[in-house]
Amino acid sequence: MNAQAGVAVQAVGVGKVFTTRSGAVTALEDIDLTVAAGEFVSLIGPSGCGKSTLLRLVADLDSPSSGELTVFGTSARASREGQQYGIAFQQAGLLPWRTVRANIELPLELHGVGKRQRRARAEELLALVGLTDFAASFPHQLSGGMQQRVAIARSLAEQPSLLLMDEPFGALDEMTRERMQTELVRICAESGAAVLFVTHSIPEAVFLSDRVVVMSPRPGRISAVLDIGLPDGQARGESTREDAAFFANVTAVREALHGGSVADLRGVDVR
Amino acid sequence: MSLLRAGAVPGWVRRTGEGLLALLAFVVLWELVKLVVPDGGVVVGGVSLLPRTSDQTMPHVWSVLARLGRPETSATGSVSLAGALVTASWFTLRISLAGWLVGVLAGLGLAVVMQRWRIAEDALAPWVVLSQTVPLIALAPLVVGWGGKIHLGAFAWDRWMSVALIASYLAFFPVAVGALRGLQSPTAAQVDLFRSLAASGTRTLWRLRMPAAVPYLVPALRLGAATAVVGAIVAEVSTGTQGGIGRLIISYAQSATGDPAKPWAAIAAAAVLGLVAAGVVGLVGLGLRRFRVGEVA
Ligand SMILES: Nc1ncnc2c1ncn2[C@@H]1O[C@H](COP(=O)(O)OP(=O)(O)OP(=O)(O)O)[C@@H](O)[C@H]1O
Ligand SMILES: [Mg+2]
Repeated sequence: MNAQAGVAVQAVGVGKVFTTRSGAVTALEDIDLTVAAGEFVSLIGPSGCGKSTLLRLVADLDSPSSGELTVFGTSARASREGQQYGIAFQQAGLLPWRTVRANIELPLELHGVGKRQRRARAEELLALVGLTDFAASFPHQLSGGMQQRVAIARSLAEQPSLLLMDEPFGALDEMTRERMQTELVRICAESGAAVLFVTHSIPEAVFLSDRVVVMSPRPGRISAVLDIGLPDGQARGESTREDAAFFANVTAVREALHGGSVADLRGVDVR
Repeated sequence: MSLLRAGAVPGWVRRTGEGLLALLAFVVLWELVKLVVPDGGVVVGGVSLLPRTSDQTMPHVWSVLARLGRPETSATGSVSLAGALVTASWFTLRISLAGWLVGVLAGLGLAVVMQRWRIAEDALAPWVVLSQTVPLIALAPLVVGWGGKIHLGAFAWDRWMSVALIASYLAFFPVAVGALRGLQSPTAAQVDLFRSLAASGTRTLWRLRMPAAVPYLVPALRLGAATAVVGAIVAEVSTGTQGGIGRLIISYAQSATGDPAKPWAAIAAAAVLGLVAAGVVGLVGLGLRRFRVGEVA
């Protein structure tokens, strides 16, 4: 197992076929991907290319039709049961009868963490996502972006060593979005968590990631993997966004996406 | 309802107000029919299109009310009709609530089983629907017969238990249907979340499905209470149980020619009883307000 110690996610030849009433849909085909522990990897690609599906396979919410998938050296199922990841879905999925605070505490509550500790952790997370004043509100009293932030806080509650995030910042305004990105970079640096991050925004992927995985649709495949090397040893910060290297990387990802035909670019934000 | 704007008053005040308005509308309609339709009804070519509306068949609302204050029977020392109706209603209400409780437990249990196992849903759903097509009247003697054979030590089956059991047979249906819909109501994202948190089926039931079912369950419980009353009344009649409102409706109907207001008073009491039962159960809903975000009914 020593060889696996530094690997968070390993997919070898993973495929997923959905059988629907109108026939079989190949959502993913022959996916080879390795995410190292502590590494930040983004998935980017046009709508319907299987990004969410890949994330769900890693989360063991669906099982692959072919290939091998391991998470921290064990099966995806064992790692789900061992609570090794936190997940934020494309839809917030909050419980409407629970306050914001109680929603954030849910994972801790289900795993038997004491009341006092839950409280303390929830306070930290509320501050982190800027919702301290809304702790006692109910989800329907929040905007879509605020609900999404509650879901992000919930995914972080147990300080997981792997974070799975499906367009978590999609519903946020540009300012909150940039602030949350900076926070996420900080959290990952502090906790050493690996992240598998789905996004439609090229600048977001480039800013956050160590590597950007570009996918193409029908069937969903990996068409390119780009290393986003930061100028030696430099940490990500607000200045990174104005870097020449940043723009060069944005261009590189955009060109990798264009590698397919332009018609395939629907759904990708190329600002 | 423009008279009672939503939001301006608390929900229960509005609902009670609407109920009273509906009652008033019914009284007005009743008297209007008496006023417009001739006493002999409307008969075309020997076929009766509208019923007779004489004071004999359709007494005035106020004569029914006045009748309530007079003694039940001509025997000396008889209680007022209102008193007799209240005593009988209380008898029936207690049996109905017992039946309701049994029905709720059975309905909830069925719904949980059907939600948990798809096979159980496919296997049980047709029987649940079918159960409601069997006429209660056919069932009553059977239940009484079976009950009569039950003796467990000091416990002996009583006639009222048969009535309660038959009432539960009606009450369980709306509860089972409402609870099943409620238990199935969590979104895919919510179910995935619980799965990602490795929550057991039982945990998911208590922390996700049950709370999500409350908005569906509260109206179903209210409806179940009303059907339990109907079931209890029908069961009283068909099992020949003494002491309840069902018995009174039958015996008063026999005196209809001489005392037409009397059976109508008993029928009105039965209707009020249904409303009271539904109202009492509605109080349960007040305690569950937190879970009722987005309730429709
Ligand atoms: N449960 C399912 N049953 C059948 N087909 C499915 C199912 N889930 C996904 N698919 C199909 O798999 C393909 C990939 O879907 P997926 O949701 O992974 O795309 P995506 O890349 O996340 O898209 P988006 O960017 O719009 O979220 C689509 O063609 C979709 O129709
Ligand atoms: Mg998706």
